Amino acid sequence: MTKLTLGPIAYHWSADKRRDFYARIADEAPVDEVYLGEVICSKRAPFHEGDLPTTIERLERAGKVVVLSSLAEVMLKRERMATSDLAAMDHPEIEINNAAGLYARGQRPHRIGPFMNAYNEATIMWMAGQGATHICLPPELPAEAIAIAARSARALGLGVEVQVFGRLSLAVSARCYHARAHRRTKDSCQFVCADDPDGMPLRTRDDMPILRVNGIQTQSESYVDLVPDAGRLVADGVTHLRIMPQEVDMVGVTRLIRAVLAGQLPVAEAGVRLQELCAGRQFSNGFYHGQAGYRRIANATLAP
Amino acid sequence: MSHAELVCPAGTPAALRTAVDAGADAVYCGFQNATNARNFPGLNFTPDELAVAVLYAHGKGTKVLLALNTYPPAGKFDLWRQAADLGARLGVDAFIVADMGVADYIARAHPQARLHLSVQAAASTPEAIRYYCAHFGVKRVVLPRILTIPEIRQIRKEIPCEIETFIFGNHGLMVEGRCSLTNYLTGQSTNMDGVCSPASDVEYVRDADGAMSSRLAGFTIDRFGPDEMAGYPTICKGRYTAPHRPEEYYAFEEPVSLNLSRLLPELIGAGVHAFKIEGRQRSKSYVRGVVAAFRQAVDDIRAGHAANIADLLALTEGQKQTQGAFETKKWR
Repeated sequence: MTKLTLGPIAYHWSADKRRDFYARIADEAPVDEVYLGEVICSKRAPFHEGDLPTTIERLERAGKVVVLSSLAEVMLKRERMATSDLAAMDHPEIEINNAAGLYARGQRPHRIGPFMNAYNEATIMWMAGQGATHICLPPELPAEAIAIAARSARALGLGVEVQVFGRLSLAVSARCYHARAHRRTKDSCQFVCADDPDGMPLRTRDDMPILRVNGIQTQSESYVDLVPDAGRLVADGVTHLRIMPQEVDMVGVTRLIRAVLAGQLPVAEAGVRLQELCAGRQFSNGFYHGQAGYRRIANATLAP
Repeated sequence: MSHAELVCPAGTPAALRTAVDAGADAVYCGFQNATNARNFPGLNFTPDELAVAVLYAHGKGTKVLLALNTYPPAGKFDLWRQAADLGARLGVDAFIVADMGVADYIARAHPQARLHLSVQAAASTPEAIRYYCAHFGVKRVVLPRILTIPEIRQIRKEIPCEIETFIFGNHGLMVEGRCSLTNYLTGQSTNMDGVCSPASDVEYVRDADGAMSSRLAGFTIDRFGPDEMAGYPTICKGRYTAPHRPEEYYAFEEPVSLNLSRLLPELIGAGVHAFKIEGRQRSKSYVRGVVAAFRQAVDDIRAGHAANIADLLALTEGQKQTQGAFETKKWR
């Protein structure tokens, strides 16, 4: 049975907003697994990590598998500490996004996050030999490569995950571009990123929306939408479909995707309703089709 | 004192000979395909050219480092495997790798081979670096261009391998090996295809008001007034607008060139073993000038003299320069 997962919140949502969000996810969202934890900026973690135990308990009581995700970028002492602390945990499961975490974790079981660059069968085989139980593939992999990677991961008994909804992570940096936009630096940022719960839009000089800034991360302007491709992904061996939290009705989004997977909602109708749920957002699937990521390629086969 | 080895770009056989003759301790180069991160038209080596180049370099006591520093997508791993086997057969002195599968393959198939960890692996902590040393026998790490000198000095104390840092050239802003910006706009991937803001997708368009737009795959990355020199449309060096910045601004970084010549003595003091000069896409005359100037500067410092860096500064005259993240963390 294909699992639906909710990825870690990429943005600096307030502690209140997170509590409300995860309470609704626990009660109402038909996702099987939920990733928690701060992946983008270590400065944000103190705002919400105190709530983690209650959030974990709440989600687990609702029958969700909880996974803690580690920082993508590790440089400072506190980031190294946070990474090794996470790697020392026995429960819940952990997803590692930086080689510093792999080093600390050793051979104990762990998931490989999307920042770990598991692009091919040789790397996946290496990672499996080091204790990886699950791989989230990089978002820029095209369908043919996903199929080959998934097949080899399945043969090793690994779970395989692909992001099917939400903004794509396109780059990370040591510099905070949110702070820069406000003429500050990372150390003096005053958490301006909190003002942009769906990322800060960048537009070209001829006024085309192009990218989103989220602290040190650069994201796609478009939301990826591989919901019409879910059937092919599953047929190709993908076991987990990742939905990234965005500033839209996420319970509605997860219900819609669950209904498509269950064959209860035709893909064409799902597309119309997803657009309604995400008013004003553009969708893309170019990476999946081996083309420019921002593109939206019409699907030849619409049946899941 | 560290060896302060100079690692110089060799985009073509001619550039390789130029760098060797100008005093490079080592040159780095790649094959004409996706296995290296500068897979640009007109650059890089055929197997036969690399064979000749290795002989030439070795004849003058210069090492040849082969860049196999991209990430093979599933289904295409054989291309990287073949490149590694070929490099081993031709006697290159080290492989520069990023992908764990590629590193593992070389470590097993060619256990005598020396591995350098590419900047594309984005290993920026002692723990991450030790991971690659412990598992693949990595002998040198090329550090991301995001660390300050005190941070480099601290890392040096905590790792069992040599450190190489960039000192000169084009200054990448994003964590390398983690950037899909080019693929998002053009359909060609930096990680999988070795391509960044490809020339084939670049156009310069004169607008009605006399301004020049530089575009990548149809996206306006920057516009330049009639008196400005139009820059190359690299996505992370473009000008954009944001809600708080209605006037266009460099959202990521200005188009500056990295020049750490002033910091050379401190970097040597911090334990940096090798210095990398960027620019496999550059001309022979550029390579000759930069390599010769750095050769002189490093030799002066090693002899205990103050280096004359006027030549180095002149190399980028007219261009904006930066010491990037190396000098202060305020850069972040």
